[in-house]
Amino acid sequence: MLQSDLNIILPEIVLAIYAMVALVLGVYLGKDKVAGILSWATAAVFVLLGLWISIRPTGTTAFHGMYNNDAFAQYAQVGILFSAAAVLVMGLEHMARRKVLHFEFPVLIALAVLGMLVMVSAGDLITLYMGVELQSLALYVLASIRRDFLKSTEAGLKYFVLGSLSSGMLLYGASLVYGFSGTTLFSGIIEAAGQGHAPVGLLFGIVFMIAGLAFKISAVPFHMWTPDVYEGSPTPVTAFFATAPKFAAMGLFARLLYDAFGGVVGDWQQVTAMIAFLSMVVGSVAAIGQTNIKRLMSYSSIAHMGYALMGLSAGTAFGVQSMLLYLSIYVTMNIGAFAFIMSMERDGQPVTDIRSLNVYASASPGRALALLLLLFSMAGVPPFIGFFAKIYVLRAAYEGGLVWLAIMAVLASVVGAFYYLRVVYFMYFGKSSEEPLDESKNPVLLGFLTVSAAIMLIGVVNLFGLEGVAQAAAASLVQ
Amino acid sequence: MIGIEHYLTVAAVLFVIGIFGIFLNRKNIIILLMSIELILLSVNINLVTFSSYLGDLAGQVFSLFVLTVAAAEAAIGLAILVCFFRNRGSIAVEDVNVMKG
Repeated sequence: MLQSDLNIILPEIVLAIYAMVALVLGVYLGKDKVAGILSWATAAVFVLLGLWISIRPTGTTAFHGMYNNDAFAQYAQVGILFSAAAVLVMGLEHMARRKVLHFEFPVLIALAVLGMLVMVSAGDLITLYMGVELQSLALYVLASIRRDFLKSTEAGLKYFVLGSLSSGMLLYGASLVYGFSGTTLFSGIIEAAGQGHAPVGLLFGIVFMIAGLAFKISAVPFHMWTPDVYEGSPTPVTAFFATAPKFAAMGLFARLLYDAFGGVVGDWQQVTAMIAFLSMVVGSVAAIGQTNIKRLMSYSSIAHMGYALMGLSAGTAFGVQSMLLYLSIYVTMNIGAFAFIMSMERDGQPVTDIRSLNVYASASPGRALALLLLLFSMAGVPPFIGFFAKIYVLRAAYEGGLVWLAIMAVLASVVGAFYYLRVVYFMYFGKSSEEPLDESKNPVLLGFLTVSAAIMLIGVVNLFGLEGVAQAAAASLVQ
Repeated sequence: MIGIEHYLTVAAVLFVIGIFGIFLNRKNIIILLMSIELILLSVNINLVTFSSYLGDLAGQVFSLFVLTVAAAEAAIGLAILVCFFRNRGSIAVEDVNVMKG
Protein backbone atom coordinates (compact mmCIF):
# COMPACT_ATOMS: atom_id res chain seq x y z
CA MET A 1 0.00 0.00 0.00
CA LEU A 2 2.62 2.50 1.12
CA GLN A 3 4.94 1.20 -1.58
CA SER A 4 2.48 2.01 -4.36
CA ASP A 5 1.74 5.42 -2.82
CA LEU A 6 5.41 6.28 -2.75
CA ASN A 7 5.80 5.09 -6.34
CA ILE A 8 3.18 7.61 -7.43
CA ILE A 9 4.98 10.57 -5.85
CA LEU A 10 8.45 9.34 -6.87
CA PRO A 11 9.16 12.27 -9.25
CA GLU A 12 8.39 14.75 -6.47
CA ILE A 13 10.60 12.82 -4.02
CA VAL A 14 13.43 12.84 -6.57
CA LEU A 15 13.09 16.60 -7.04
CA ALA A 16 12.97 17.25 -3.28
CA ILE A 17 16.11 15.18 -2.67
CA TYR A 18 17.83 16.82 -5.62
CA ALA A 19 17.08 20.32 -4.25
CA MET A 20 18.45 19.47 -0.81
CA VAL A 21 21.55 17.76 -2.17
CA ALA A 22 22.17 20.70 -4.52
CA LEU A 23 21.92 23.11 -1.58
CA VAL A 24 24.47 21.15 0.46
CA LEU A 25 26.80 20.72 -2.53
CA GLY A 26 26.54 24.42 -3.29
CA VAL A 27 27.60 25.32 0.23
CA TYR A 28 30.57 22.92 0.28
CA LEU A 29 31.81 23.36 -3.31
CA GLY A 30 32.61 27.05 -3.36
CA LYS A 31 29.18 28.67 -3.26
CA ASP A 32 28.53 31.06 -6.15
CA LYS A 33 31.32 29.59 -8.30
CA VAL A 34 29.24 26.48 -8.96
CA ALA A 35 26.01 28.40 -9.57
CA GLY A 36 26.29 28.05 -13.36
CA ILE A 37 26.81 24.29 -13.31
CA LEU A 38 24.11 23.87 -10.69
CA SER A 39 21.64 25.82 -12.83
CA TRP A 40 22.30 23.71 -15.93
CA ALA A 41 22.00 20.55 -13.79
CA THR A 42 18.69 21.79 -12.36
CA ALA A 43 17.35 22.51 -15.84
CA ALA A 44 18.43 19.03 -16.94
CA VAL A 45 16.66 17.48 -13.94
CA PHE A 46 13.48 19.42 -14.83
CA VAL A 47 13.57 18.19 -18.43
CA LEU A 48 14.25 14.58 -17.44
CA LEU A 49 11.46 14.63 -14.84
CA GLY A 50 9.14 16.17 -17.43
CA LEU A 51 9.90 13.38 -19.90
CA TRP A 52 9.50 10.76 -17.18
CA ILE A 53 6.15 12.15 -16.03
CA SER A 54 4.90 12.39 -19.60
CA ILE A 55 5.38 8.64 -20.22
CA ARG A 56 4.15 7.51 -16.78
CA PRO A 57 0.78 5.74 -16.52
CA THR A 58 -1.87 7.95 -14.92
CA GLY A 59 -5.28 7.60 -13.34
CA THR A 60 -4.34 6.63 -9.78
CA THR A 61 -4.46 8.36 -6.42
CA ALA A 62 -2.06 8.09 -3.50
CA PHE A 63 -2.49 8.39 0.29
CA HIS A 64 -6.24 7.74 0.33
CA GLY A 65 -6.95 10.38 -2.30
CA MET A 66 -4.75 13.16 -0.88
CA TYR A 67 -2.62 13.11 -4.00
CA ASN A 68 -3.90 12.72 -7.57
CA ASN A 69 -1.98 11.35 -10.48
CA ASP A 70 -4.42 11.88 -13.33
CA ALA A 71 -4.02 13.16 -16.88
CA PHE A 72 -4.74 16.73 -15.73
CA ALA A 73 -1.91 16.68 -13.19
CA GLN A 74 0.36 15.12 -15.81
CA TYR A 75 -0.37 17.84 -18.37
CA ALA A 76 0.17 20.67 -15.88
CA GLN A 77 3.30 19.12 -14.37
CA VAL A 78 4.97 18.64 -17.74
CA GLY A 79 4.10 22.22 -18.71
CA ILE A 80 5.50 23.58 -15.44
CA LEU A 81 8.74 21.58 -15.63
CA PHE A 82 9.53 22.46 -19.25
CA SER A 83 8.74 26.16 -18.89
CA ALA A 84 10.75 26.40 -15.66
CA ALA A 85 13.74 24.72 -17.36
CA ALA A 86 13.54 27.13 -20.29
CA VAL A 87 13.36 30.23 -18.10
CA LEU A 88 16.14 29.03 -15.82
CA VAL A 89 18.54 28.51 -18.71
CA MET A 90 17.58 31.80 -20.37
CA GLY A 91 18.39 33.99 -17.38
CA LEU A 92 21.83 32.65 -16.46
CA GLU A 93 23.98 34.99 -18.49
CA HIS A 94 21.89 38.00 -17.49
CA MET A 95 22.21 37.14 -13.79
CA ALA A 96 25.91 36.25 -13.99
CA ARG A 97 26.91 39.55 -15.58
CA ARG A 98 25.18 41.47 -12.78
CA LYS A 99 26.87 39.24 -10.20
CA VAL A 100 23.54 38.07 -8.76
CA LEU A 101 23.83 34.46 -9.88
CA HIS A 102 23.90 33.04 -6.36
CA PHE A 103 23.90 29.26 -6.06
CA GLU A 104 20.61 29.56 -4.18
CA PHE A 105 18.92 30.71 -7.40
CA PRO A 106 18.55 27.26 -9.05
CA VAL A 107 17.82 25.65 -5.66
CA LEU A 108 15.00 28.09 -4.94
CA ILE A 109 13.57 27.53 -8.40
CA ALA A 110 13.71 23.77 -7.84
CA LEU A 111 11.84 24.14 -4.53
CA ALA A 112 9.25 26.46 -6.08
CA VAL A 113 8.71 23.96 -8.90
CA LEU A 114 8.32 21.17 -6.35
CA GLY A 115 5.57 23.20 -4.69
CA MET A 116 3.90 23.70 -8.06
CA LEU A 117 3.98 19.97 -8.83
CA VAL A 118 2.24 19.33 -5.50
CA MET A 119 -0.31 22.11 -6.14
CA VAL A 120 -1.61 20.77 -9.43
CA SER A 121 -2.03 17.24 -8.09
CA ALA A 122 -3.50 18.09 -4.68
CA GLY A 123 -6.52 16.04 -3.63
CA ASP A 124 -6.87 17.43 -0.13
CA LEU A 125 -6.94 20.85 1.53
CA ILE A 126 -3.74 20.11 3.47
CA THR A 127 -1.85 19.04 0.35
CA LEU A 128 -3.15 22.14 -1.41
CA TYR A 129 -1.94 24.42 1.36
CA MET A 130 1.50 22.81 1.62
CA GLY A 131 2.00 23.05 -2.15
CA VAL A 132 0.95 26.70 -2.26
CA GLU A 133 3.21 27.64 0.64
CA LEU A 134 6.26 25.76 -0.66
CA GLN A 135 5.86 27.62 -3.93
CA SER A 136 5.15 31.02 -2.39
CA LEU A 137 7.93 30.99 0.20
CA ALA A 138 10.49 30.21 -2.50
CA LEU A 139 9.06 32.93 -4.75
CA TYR A 140 9.24 35.62 -2.02
CA VAL A 141 12.96 35.00 -1.69
CA LEU A 142 13.46 34.87 -5.47
CA ALA A 143 11.85 38.31 -5.88
CA SER A 144 14.39 39.86 -3.51
CA ILE A 145 17.38 37.79 -4.67
CA ARG A 146 19.24 40.96 -5.73
CA ARG A 147 19.58 41.77 -2.07
CA ASP A 148 21.79 44.87 -2.30
CA PHE A 149 19.36 46.53 -4.68
CA LEU A 150 16.53 48.59 -3.20
CA LYS A 151 13.91 47.88 -5.88
CA SER A 152 14.41 44.14 -5.66
CA THR A 153 14.06 44.00 -1.87
CA GLU A 154 11.03 46.28 -2.03
CA ALA A 155 9.47 43.95 -4.60
CA GLY A 156 10.16 41.01 -2.30
CA LEU A 157 8.65 42.81 0.68
CA LYS A 158 5.48 43.78 -1.16
CA TYR A 159 5.11 40.31 -2.60
CA PHE A 160 5.63 38.80 0.84
CA VAL A 161 3.03 40.92 2.64
CA LEU A 162 0.32 40.58 0.00
CA GLY A 163 1.16 36.92 -0.68
CA SER A 164 0.89 36.07 3.02
CA LEU A 165 -2.42 37.90 3.21
CA SER A 166 -3.71 35.84 0.30
CA SER A 167 -2.47 32.63 1.94
CA GLY A 168 -4.34 33.68 5.07
CA MET A 169 -7.57 34.18 3.15
CA LEU A 170 -7.11 30.87 1.36
CA LEU A 171 -6.57 29.20 4.69
CA TYR A 172 -9.55 30.84 6.38
CA GLY A 173 -11.67 29.63 3.48
CA ALA A 174 -10.16 26.15 3.82
CA SER A 175 -11.00 26.06 7.53
CA LEU A 176 -14.63 26.98 6.80
CA VAL A 177 -14.86 24.38 4.05
CA TYR A 178 -13.47 21.79 6.44
CA GLY A 179 -15.89 22.76 9.18
CA PHE A 180 -18.99 22.71 7.03
CA SER A 181 -18.17 19.57 5.06
CA GLY A 182 -16.50 17.58 7.84
CA THR A 183 -13.51 16.47 5.79
CA THR A 184 -10.43 17.90 4.10
CA LEU A 185 -10.52 15.45 1.18
CA PHE A 186 -11.82 16.88 -2.10
CA SER A 187 -13.72 13.65 -2.74
CA GLY A 188 -15.54 14.12 0.58
CA ILE A 189 -16.17 17.83 0.06
CA ILE A 190 -17.85 17.26 -3.31
CA GLU A 191 -20.26 14.83 -1.64
CA ALA A 192 -20.98 17.20 1.26
CA ALA A 193 -21.55 20.13 -1.09
CA GLY A 194 -24.14 18.16 -3.03
CA GLN A 195 -25.69 19.20 -6.33
CA GLY A 196 -27.18 22.56 -7.21
CA HIS A 197 -26.44 24.97 -4.35
CA ALA A 198 -23.99 24.65 -1.49
CA PRO A 199 -24.92 25.42 2.13
CA VAL A 200 -24.19 29.00 3.22
CA GLY A 201 -21.18 28.16 5.41
CA LEU A 202 -19.55 26.27 2.57
CA LEU A 203 -20.30 29.16 0.22
CA PHE A 204 -18.31 31.51 2.48
CA GLY A 205 -15.42 29.06 2.35
CA ILE A 206 -15.57 28.84 -1.44
CA VAL A 207 -15.50 32.63 -1.82
CA PHE A 208 -12.54 33.04 0.55
CA MET A 209 -10.60 30.30 -1.25
CA ILE A 210 -11.32 31.86 -4.65
CA ALA A 211 -10.10 35.23 -3.36
CA GLY A 212 -6.89 33.65 -2.08
CA LEU A 213 -6.21 31.90 -5.36
CA ALA A 214 -7.07 35.01 -7.40
CA PHE A 215 -4.16 36.70 -5.60
CA LYS A 216 -1.84 33.94 -6.77
CA ILE A 217 -2.85 34.25 -10.43
CA SER A 218 -2.84 38.08 -10.13
CA ALA A 219 -6.47 38.51 -11.18
CA VAL A 220 -8.25 41.82 -10.63
CA PRO A 221 -9.19 43.01 -7.91
CA PHE A 222 -6.26 41.18 -6.30
CA HIS A 223 -3.59 42.31 -8.76
CA MET A 224 -2.02 45.29 -6.91
CA TRP A 225 1.28 43.53 -6.28
CA THR A 226 1.90 42.41 -9.85
CA PRO A 227 3.30 45.53 -11.59
CA ASP A 228 5.64 46.40 -8.71
CA VAL A 229 6.93 42.87 -8.26
CA TYR A 230 7.47 42.46 -12.00
CA GLU A 231 9.30 45.76 -12.21
CA GLY A 232 11.47 45.35 -9.12
CA SER A 233 12.59 41.73 -9.52
CA PRO A 234 15.58 40.91 -11.73
CA THR A 235 14.33 40.22 -15.28
CA PRO A 236 15.02 36.43 -15.22
CA VAL A 237 12.97 36.17 -12.02
CA THR A 238 10.20 38.23 -13.63
CA ALA A 239 10.24 35.82 -16.57
CA PHE A 240 9.86 32.95 -14.12
CA PHE A 241 6.95 34.66 -12.31
CA ALA A 242 5.15 35.17 -15.60
CA THR A 243 5.29 31.52 -16.66
CA ALA A 244 5.40 28.46 -14.37
CA PRO A 245 3.65 29.87 -11.23
CA LYS A 246 0.76 31.13 -13.36
CA PHE A 247 0.39 27.68 -14.91
CA ALA A 248 0.44 26.06 -11.47
CA ALA A 249 -1.98 28.49 -9.84
CA MET A 250 -4.49 28.17 -12.68
CA GLY A 251 -4.09 24.40 -12.49
CA LEU A 252 -4.81 24.50 -8.77
CA PHE A 253 -7.78 26.80 -9.38
CA ALA A 254 -9.27 24.29 -11.82
CA ARG A 255 -8.44 21.40 -9.52
CA LEU A 256 -10.22 22.98 -6.57
CA LEU A 257 -13.26 24.21 -8.48
CA TYR A 258 -13.94 20.93 -10.26
CA ASP A 259 -12.65 18.28 -7.84
CA ALA A 260 -14.08 19.85 -4.67
CA PHE A 261 -16.90 22.11 -5.88
CA GLY A 262 -17.79 20.49 -9.21
CA GLY A 263 -21.38 19.90 -8.07
CA VAL A 264 -22.14 23.54 -7.30
CA VAL A 265 -20.93 25.19 -10.52
CA GLY A 266 -23.67 27.82 -10.33
CA ASP A 267 -22.36 29.07 -6.98
CA TRP A 268 -18.82 29.93 -8.11
CA GLN A 269 -19.40 30.60 -11.80
CA GLN A 270 -20.62 34.16 -11.20
CA VAL A 271 -17.60 34.95 -9.02
CA THR A 272 -14.97 33.64 -11.44
CA ALA A 273 -16.75 35.17 -14.44
CA MET A 274 -16.70 38.57 -12.72
CA ILE A 275 -13.01 38.21 -11.81
CA ALA A 276 -12.24 37.20 -15.40
CA PHE A 277 -14.16 40.20 -16.76
CA LEU A 278 -12.41 42.69 -14.45
CA SER A 279 -8.97 41.18 -15.20
CA MET A 280 -9.45 41.45 -18.95
CA VAL A 281 -10.66 45.06 -18.77
CA VAL A 282 -8.17 46.37 -16.21
CA GLY A 283 -5.27 44.42 -17.77
CA SER A 284 -6.01 45.97 -21.17
CA VAL A 285 -6.84 49.53 -20.11
CA ALA A 286 -4.23 50.09 -17.40
CA ALA A 287 -1.39 48.93 -19.67
CA ILE A 288 -1.95 51.78 -22.12
CA GLY A 289 -0.09 54.35 -20.06
CA GLN A 290 2.91 52.15 -19.25
CA THR A 291 6.33 52.87 -20.73
CA ASN A 292 8.30 50.28 -18.76
CA ILE A 293 8.19 47.02 -20.69
CA LYS A 294 8.23 44.90 -17.53
CA ARG A 295 5.18 46.72 -16.14
CA LEU A 296 3.59 46.36 -19.56
CA MET A 297 4.16 42.60 -19.43
CA SER A 298 2.63 42.49 -15.94
CA TYR A 299 -0.62 44.07 -17.15
CA SER A 300 -0.47 41.81 -20.17
CA SER A 301 -0.28 38.78 -17.89
CA ILE A 302 -3.22 40.10 -15.80
CA ALA A 303 -5.30 40.31 -18.98
CA HIS A 304 -4.16 36.87 -20.17
CA MET A 305 -5.14 35.35 -16.80
CA GLY A 306 -8.57 36.89 -17.31
CA TYR A 307 -8.95 35.07 -20.64
CA ALA A 308 -7.79 31.77 -19.14
CA LEU A 309 -10.20 32.24 -16.23
CA MET A 310 -12.99 32.84 -18.72
CA GLY A 311 -12.42 29.35 -20.10
CA LEU A 312 -12.49 27.97 -16.58
CA SER A 313 -15.72 29.81 -15.73
CA ALA A 314 -17.57 27.99 -18.51
CA GLY A 315 -18.00 25.05 -16.17
CA THR A 316 -17.56 22.39 -18.85
CA ALA A 317 -14.85 19.92 -19.83
CA PHE A 318 -14.29 21.96 -22.99
CA GLY A 319 -13.76 25.01 -20.80
CA VAL A 320 -10.96 23.29 -18.89
CA GLN A 321 -9.45 22.08 -22.16
CA SER A 322 -9.49 25.61 -23.58
CA MET A 323 -7.89 26.92 -20.37
CA LEU A 324 -5.06 24.37 -20.58
CA LEU A 325 -4.41 25.22 -24.24
CA TYR A 326 -4.51 28.94 -23.45
CA LEU A 327 -1.98 28.51 -20.65
CA SER A 328 0.42 26.47 -22.80
CA ILE A 329 0.32 29.07 -25.55
CA TYR A 330 0.60 31.95 -23.06
CA VAL A 331 3.69 30.41 -21.49
CA THR A 332 5.32 29.90 -24.91
CA MET A 333 4.65 33.51 -25.92
CA ASN A 334 6.01 34.83 -22.64
CA ILE A 335 9.21 32.79 -22.86
CA GLY A 336 9.88 34.35 -26.25
CA ALA A 337 8.99 37.86 -25.13
CA PHE A 338 11.18 37.68 -22.04
CA ALA A 339 14.07 36.25 -24.08
CA PHE A 340 13.82 39.52 -26.00
CA ILE A 341 13.46 41.73 -22.90
CA MET A 342 16.55 40.15 -21.31
CA SER A 343 18.57 41.07 -24.37
CA MET A 344 17.53 44.75 -24.23
CA GLU A 345 20.71 46.51 -23.10
CA ARG A 346 22.56 49.71 -23.70
CA ASP A 347 26.26 49.83 -22.78
CA GLY A 348 25.78 46.60 -20.84
CA GLN A 349 23.00 48.07 -18.65
CA PRO A 350 19.48 46.68 -18.88
CA VAL A 351 16.94 49.02 -20.48
CA THR A 352 13.21 48.68 -19.87
CA ASP A 353 11.78 51.79 -21.52
CA ILE A 354 9.81 50.85 -24.64
CA ARG A 355 10.90 54.06 -26.38
CA SER A 356 14.43 52.66 -26.51
CA LEU A 357 13.07 50.34 -29.23
CA ASN A 358 12.77 53.25 -31.67
CA VAL A 359 13.97 52.27 -35.16
CA TYR A 360 15.01 48.90 -33.79
CA ALA A 361 13.81 47.19 -36.97
CA SER A 362 16.45 48.82 -39.16
CA ALA A 363 19.23 47.96 -36.68
CA SER A 364 18.37 44.26 -36.30
CA PRO A 365 15.49 43.27 -38.58
CA GLY A 366 15.49 39.58 -37.62
CA ARG A 367 14.94 40.13 -33.91
CA ALA A 368 12.38 42.86 -34.56
CA LEU A 369 10.44 40.47 -36.77
CA ALA A 370 10.51 37.78 -34.08
CA LEU A 371 9.17 40.22 -31.47
CA LEU A 372 6.53 41.38 -33.95
CA LEU A 373 5.29 37.81 -34.38
CA LEU A 374 5.14 37.33 -30.60
CA LEU A 375 3.33 40.61 -29.96
CA PHE A 376 0.81 39.99 -32.75
CA SER A 377 0.20 36.58 -31.27
CA MET A 378 -0.33 38.04 -27.77
CA ALA A 379 -2.76 40.59 -29.17
CA GLY A 380 -4.68 37.73 -30.81
CA VAL A 381 -4.15 38.69 -34.45
CA PRO A 382 -4.90 35.86 -36.89
CA PRO A 383 -3.30 33.69 -38.20
CA PHE A 384 -0.95 33.42 -35.22
CA ILE A 385 -1.36 30.85 -32.50
CA GLY A 386 -2.54 33.37 -29.88
CA PHE A 387 -5.63 33.95 -32.01
CA PHE A 388 -6.58 30.29 -31.76
CA ALA A 389 -5.99 30.34 -28.00
CA LYS A 390 -8.54 33.16 -27.73
CA ILE A 391 -10.97 31.38 -30.09
CA TYR A 392 -10.98 28.34 -27.78
CA VAL A 393 -11.78 30.27 -24.59
CA LEU A 394 -14.39 32.39 -26.40
CA ARG A 395 -16.11 29.28 -27.70
CA ALA A 396 -16.01 27.71 -24.24
CA ALA A 397 -17.59 30.82 -22.68
CA TYR A 398 -20.24 30.98 -25.41
CA GLU A 399 -21.16 27.32 -25.07
CA GLY A 400 -21.17 27.64 -21.28
CA GLY A 401 -23.84 30.34 -21.51
CA LEU A 402 -21.58 33.29 -20.69
CA VAL A 403 -22.31 35.25 -23.86
CA TRP A 404 -21.88 38.66 -22.19
CA LEU A 405 -18.43 37.63 -20.98
CA ALA A 406 -17.40 36.51 -24.47
CA ILE A 407 -18.49 39.86 -25.94
CA MET A 408 -16.59 41.77 -23.25
CA ALA A 409 -13.52 39.63 -23.92
CA VAL A 410 -13.54 40.56 -27.59
CA LEU A 411 -13.87 44.26 -26.73
CA ALA A 412 -11.05 44.02 -24.16
CA SER A 413 -8.76 42.30 -26.65
CA VAL A 414 -9.34 45.13 -29.14
CA VAL A 415 -8.29 47.66 -26.49
CA GLY A 416 -5.38 45.43 -25.48
CA ALA A 417 -4.12 45.24 -29.06
CA PHE A 418 -3.26 48.95 -28.82
CA TYR A 419 -0.34 48.60 -26.46
CA TYR A 420 1.13 45.58 -28.20
CA LEU A 421 0.94 47.37 -31.53
CA ARG A 422 2.48 50.51 -30.02
CA VAL A 423 5.70 48.57 -29.34
CA VAL A 424 5.65 47.38 -32.95
CA TYR A 425 5.07 50.97 -34.06
CA PHE A 426 8.14 52.15 -32.16
CA MET A 427 10.26 49.40 -33.70
CA TYR A 428 9.24 50.03 -37.30
CA PHE A 429 8.10 53.66 -37.55
CA GLY A 430 9.56 55.35 -34.46
CA LYS A 431 11.86 58.35 -34.66
CA SER A 432 15.46 57.81 -33.74
CA SER A 433 16.37 60.04 -30.82
CA GLU A 434 18.67 58.11 -28.51
CA GLU A 435 21.60 55.80 -28.92
CA PRO A 436 20.56 52.40 -30.30
CA LEU A 437 20.47 49.30 -28.11
CA ASP A 438 23.47 46.98 -27.96
CA GLU A 439 23.73 44.13 -30.40
CA SER A 440 22.97 41.08 -28.27
CA LYS A 441 25.29 38.14 -28.80
CA ASN A 442 23.77 35.67 -26.38
CA PRO A 443 22.99 32.52 -28.43
CA VAL A 444 20.67 31.05 -25.76
CA LEU A 445 18.36 34.07 -25.78
CA LEU A 446 18.43 34.24 -29.57
CA GLY A 447 17.59 30.54 -29.75
CA PHE A 448 14.59 30.82 -27.44
CA LEU A 449 13.37 33.95 -29.21
CA THR A 450 13.61 32.30 -32.64
CA VAL A 451 12.02 29.04 -31.58
CA SER A 452 9.05 30.62 -29.81
CA ALA A 453 8.49 33.05 -32.67
CA ALA A 454 8.56 30.12 -35.08
CA ILE A 455 6.03 28.27 -32.93
CA MET A 456 3.67 31.25 -33.30
CA LEU A 457 3.54 30.46 -37.02
CA ILE A 458 4.11 26.71 -37.27
CA GLY A 459 1.92 25.87 -34.26
CA VAL A 460 -1.27 26.84 -36.06
CA VAL A 461 -1.03 23.70 -38.22
CA ASN A 462 -2.16 21.33 -35.48
CA LEU A 463 -0.98 22.89 -32.18
CA PHE A 464 1.61 20.07 -32.04
CA GLY A 465 -1.16 17.64 -31.13
CA LEU A 466 -1.74 19.40 -27.80
CA GLU A 467 -5.47 19.62 -28.43
CA GLY A 468 -6.05 15.90 -27.91
CA VAL A 469 -3.79 15.77 -24.86
CA ALA A 470 -5.55 18.74 -23.28
CA GLN A 471 -8.91 17.12 -24.03
CA ALA A 472 -7.87 13.95 -22.21
CA ALA A 473 -6.56 16.03 -19.31
CA ALA A 474 -9.80 17.99 -19.03
CA ALA A 475 -11.85 14.80 -19.24
CA SER A 476 -9.96 13.36 -16.27
CA LEU A 477 -10.84 16.43 -14.18
CA VAL A 478 -14.46 17.06 -15.15
CA GLN A 479 -16.58 13.97 -14.81
CA MET B 1 -22.83 27.68 28.04
CA ILE B 2 -20.02 28.30 25.56
CA GLY B 3 -20.85 26.68 22.21
CA ILE B 4 -19.12 26.37 18.85
CA GLU B 5 -20.50 29.71 17.65
CA HIS B 6 -18.57 31.57 20.38
CA TYR B 7 -15.29 30.06 19.26
CA LEU B 8 -16.04 30.80 15.62
CA THR B 9 -16.92 34.40 16.50
CA VAL B 10 -13.60 34.88 18.29
CA ALA B 11 -11.78 33.47 15.27
CA ALA B 12 -13.71 35.71 12.88
CA VAL B 13 -13.01 38.79 15.02
CA LEU B 14 -9.29 37.99 15.14
CA PHE B 15 -9.27 37.44 11.37
CA VAL B 16 -10.91 40.80 10.72
CA ILE B 17 -8.51 42.56 13.13
CA GLY B 18 -5.63 40.99 11.20
CA ILE B 19 -6.98 42.17 7.83
CA PHE B 20 -7.58 45.68 9.16
CA GLY B 21 -4.11 45.68 10.69
CA ILE B 22 -2.65 45.17 7.22
CA PHE B 23 -4.74 47.79 5.44
CA LEU B 24 -5.08 50.52 8.06
CA ASN B 25 -1.59 50.37 9.55
CA ARG B 26 0.51 53.27 8.25
CA LYS B 27 3.44 53.00 10.62
CA ASN B 28 5.62 49.96 10.87
CA ILE B 29 6.17 46.83 8.77
CA ILE B 30 6.67 44.74 11.92
CA ILE B 31 3.00 45.40 12.68
CA LEU B 32 2.15 43.95 9.25
CA LEU B 33 4.00 40.76 10.19
CA MET B 34 2.09 40.61 13.48
CA SER B 35 -1.20 41.03 11.61
CA ILE B 36 -0.30 38.14 9.32
CA GLU B 37 0.39 35.96 12.36
CA LEU B 38 -2.96 37.00 13.81
CA ILE B 39 -4.73 35.85 10.63
CA LEU B 40 -3.01 32.48 10.70
CA LEU B 41 -3.79 31.99 14.40
CA SER B 42 -7.45 32.83 13.87
CA VAL B 43 -7.50 30.08 11.26
CA ASN B 44 -5.99 27.71 13.79
CA ILE B 45 -8.75 28.47 16.31
CA ASN B 46 -11.27 27.73 13.56
CA LEU B 47 -9.62 24.44 12.67
CA VAL B 48 -9.30 23.19 16.24
CA THR B 49 -12.89 24.19 17.04
CA PHE B 50 -14.26 22.35 14.04
CA SER B 51 -12.03 19.39 14.76
CA SER B 52 -13.29 19.05 18.31
CA TYR B 53 -16.90 19.65 17.27
CA LEU B 54 -16.78 17.10 14.44
CA GLY B 55 -14.75 14.56 16.42
CA ASP B 56 -12.36 14.38 13.47
CA LEU B 57 -8.58 14.64 13.89
CA ALA B 58 -7.78 16.04 10.44
CA GLY B 59 -8.40 19.60 11.57
CA GLN B 60 -5.85 19.38 14.38
CA VAL B 61 -3.29 17.85 12.01
CA PHE B 62 -4.00 20.73 9.62
CA SER B 63 -3.45 23.29 12.40
CA LEU B 64 -0.05 21.75 13.19
CA PHE B 65 0.94 22.15 9.54
CA VAL B 66 -0.25 25.75 9.65
CA LEU B 67 1.82 26.47 12.76
CA THR B 68 4.95 25.07 11.12
CA VAL B 69 4.47 27.02 7.92
CA ALA B 70 3.70 30.21 9.89
CA ALA B 71 7.08 29.92 11.59
CA ALA B 72 8.86 29.51 8.25
CA GLU B 73 6.88 32.41 6.82
CA ALA B 74 7.81 34.73 9.69
CA ALA B 75 11.48 33.79 9.27
CA ILE B 76 11.44 34.61 5.56
CA GLY B 77 9.48 37.82 6.14
CA LEU B 78 11.99 39.06 8.71
CA ALA B 79 14.91 38.13 6.43
CA ILE B 80 13.47 40.14 3.55
CA LEU B 81 12.74 42.99 5.97
CA VAL B 82 16.37 43.05 7.13
CA CYS B 83 17.58 43.21 3.49
CA PHE B 84 15.12 46.04 2.83
CA PHE B 85 16.26 47.93 5.93
CA ARG B 86 19.91 47.72 4.84
CA ASN B 87 19.06 49.34 1.51
CA ARG B 88 16.50 51.88 2.67
CA GLY B 89 17.50 52.63 6.24
CA SER B 90 13.90 52.57 7.41
CA ILE B 91 11.05 50.12 7.97
CA ALA B 92 8.21 52.61 7.93
CA VAL B 93 5.33 51.59 5.68
CA GLU B 94 5.29 54.95 3.87
CA ASP B 95 8.93 54.42 2.85
CA VAL B 96 8.07 51.33 0.79
CA ASN B 97 7.38 53.59 -2.16
CA VAL B 98 10.19 53.44 -4.72
CA MET B 99 7.78 51.89 -7.21
CA LYS B 100 4.26 53.21 -7.50
CA GLY B 101 1.73 50.44 -7.98
